Amino acid sequence: MQKKFGGSAIFLDRSDINTDEIIPAKYLTEVTKEALQPYILEDLKLEGFDPNGEVLKNATVVVTRENFGCGSSREHAPWVFEVNDVHTTIAESYARIFRQNMFNCGMLAIELPKADIDQLMAMQQQGEVVVSVDLDGQSVTAKAGGEEKQFSFEISQFDKALVDAGGWVEFADARY
Amino acid sequence: MGKTLAEKIFDSHLRDEPFSGTKILSLDRVLCHEITTPVAIADLVWREKDRVFDREKIKVVIDHVTPSKDTKTATQAKMLRDWARRHDIPDFFDVGRNGVCHAIFPEKGYIRPGFTVIMGDSHTCTHGAFGAFAAGVGTTDLEVGILKGVCAFREPATIRVNLNGALSDGVYAKDVILHVIAKLGVNGATDRVIEFRGPIVDQMSMEARMTLCNMAVEAGGTSGVCMPDMTTVEYLWEFIQADFDNKEAALADYQQWVSDSDAVYTDTLNIDVSDLEPQVTFDYKPDCVKSVKEMAGTVVDQVYIGTCTNGRIEDLRQAAAILKGKVIADSVRGIVSPATPKIFQDALEEGIIKIFMDAGFCVTNPTCGACLGMSNGVLAEGEVAAATSNRNFNGRMGKGGMVHLMSPTTAAATALTGVITDARSL
Ligand code: SF4
Repeated sequence: MQKKFGGSAIFLDRSDINTDEIIPAKYLTEVTKEALQPYILEDLKLEGFDPNGEVLKNATVVVTRENFGCGSSREHAPWVFEVNDVHTTIAESYARIFRQNMFNCGMLAIELPKADIDQLMAMQQQGEVVVSVDLDGQSVTAKAGGEEKQFSFEISQFDKALVDAGGWVEFADARY
Repeated sequence: MGKTLAEKIFDSHLRDEPFSGTKILSLDRVLCHEITTPVAIADLVWREKDRVFDREKIKVVIDHVTPSKDTKTATQAKMLRDWARRHDIPDFFDVGRNGVCHAIFPEKGYIRPGFTVIMGDSHTCTHGAFGAFAAGVGTTDLEVGILKGVCAFREPATIRVNLNGALSDGVYAKDVILHVIAKLGVNGATDRVIEFRGPIVDQMSMEARMTLCNMAVEAGGTSGVCMPDMTTVEYLWEFIQADFDNKEAALADYQQWVSDSDAVYTDTLNIDVSDLEPQVTFDYKPDCVKSVKEMAGTVVDQVYIGTCTNGRIEDLRQAAAILKGKVIADSVRGIVSPATPKIFQDALEEGIIKIFMDAGFCVTNPTCGACLGMSNGVLAEGEVAAATSNRNFNGRMGKGGMVHLMSPTTAAATALTGVITDARSL
């Protein structure tokens, strides 16, 4: 079953955010996804960012820069997003394992060029930015204040199939 | 047009291509540890698909936190242990027989040239040292691997790194790979295989090649690979001698995996390492690298020698050569974790453990230990570690701690003085 994409965005304006920052290793002793929920982005090194803040609590979309999710292979990183209802990430680029883990969970790791991310980041000045995703049309629309902007993205046929199937286990089970 | 080693492995293991550019490979090895596997097991049970595709091809170890430190880690270990027993998996390594995954699996001869290997661990790229395609994956990929014996990858593209010249005394594989990562950047090899070539690699032991390949992922690489050669055959000989008449025959067979001379690379880097000095990281990214000389004098609280990068016998020998007959600084806590029981035994027999203990080191059992701040050797806020591991991320060895990555030789010299030290200056 397809997940819900889009919603209120949080902006993490930094490159190379690693999976230790998204979910520190000390929480890897949990054996359920739900138990990770309070610890999202606990160790993120980013000026002005509050892991306990309202913006993060309300967010269902993460917008960030290059090489997002680098480091450890821990799927706990996508899971901590999933159990916090963040099913969409938008970045300039991703680390391979994190990106694959997102699609394997049936979630969306969208890539946009730097110029588009710059524009998205700038929209924060209008207040809350709400993103909607048209997966079949391969575009995202961002609204803030009276402003509205649209960006198109590319997704591989395989990644799209994973999202449609609800994840890699579902896809593989039906086929192999 | 010729093919790279990765392309040859992809061709020979191709099970399906559901969409152009997406390759579903059949797997020779699915490796498991207690941190990333239990959730996969739980999910398989929940789906009523608690099966394994091939019990002989799945290898299992408890290594990250062992012996268990609390109820939660004991539960993880138990889930893995119960599962391994339930499926009668012959190669399962528990307390007393266990060691760091990327050290113990190669040591047992499980990794061969031309193999496809996955594990729920980003440093699975280590096993490419044997001329295998070995990639770290998440828990869902692992789960499908366990159940179906397949994994999906994008078309492999390869960066070739030619390591030329001659290494000076006191400069090792760790210094070389830190230098390569600094050149490539932390995402310079994303979605790429890094092929390590040239006279430097040809002369390296398997241990040193594993150190190189181990850190390929720190440049974003899917896998690091070295070409199989006589060094590979010698290392594997005790496990493969029944399969071949002699070593030359094994070598001839393994040559099929060597990249063709006219293979196509997305990039080629030529690096002359003759002038390379010992290297060390600063800050929180593995591509923040300086020479040890530039960082000399930085005070450290803890020195950690071990891990899947540099916890092998050769590494312990190099560190012991510096420590022999000396005592580490009062201000420093020295910890060494031999990466496997065999390495521990060899180090005992060679007198290396005694050298470490006489120097004032704490010797732990084989485990990941202090490497990832969830077991022993956790740093307090504001503390600084010198470590032979592969990651210096913020919080990696404990919240608010700083980690400087370096070779075992540099780590040993640093332990003696309490500040980052070039061993050649002692
Ligand atoms: S030693 Fe460190 S890097 Fe290697 S597998 Fe263990 S935790 Fe991971």
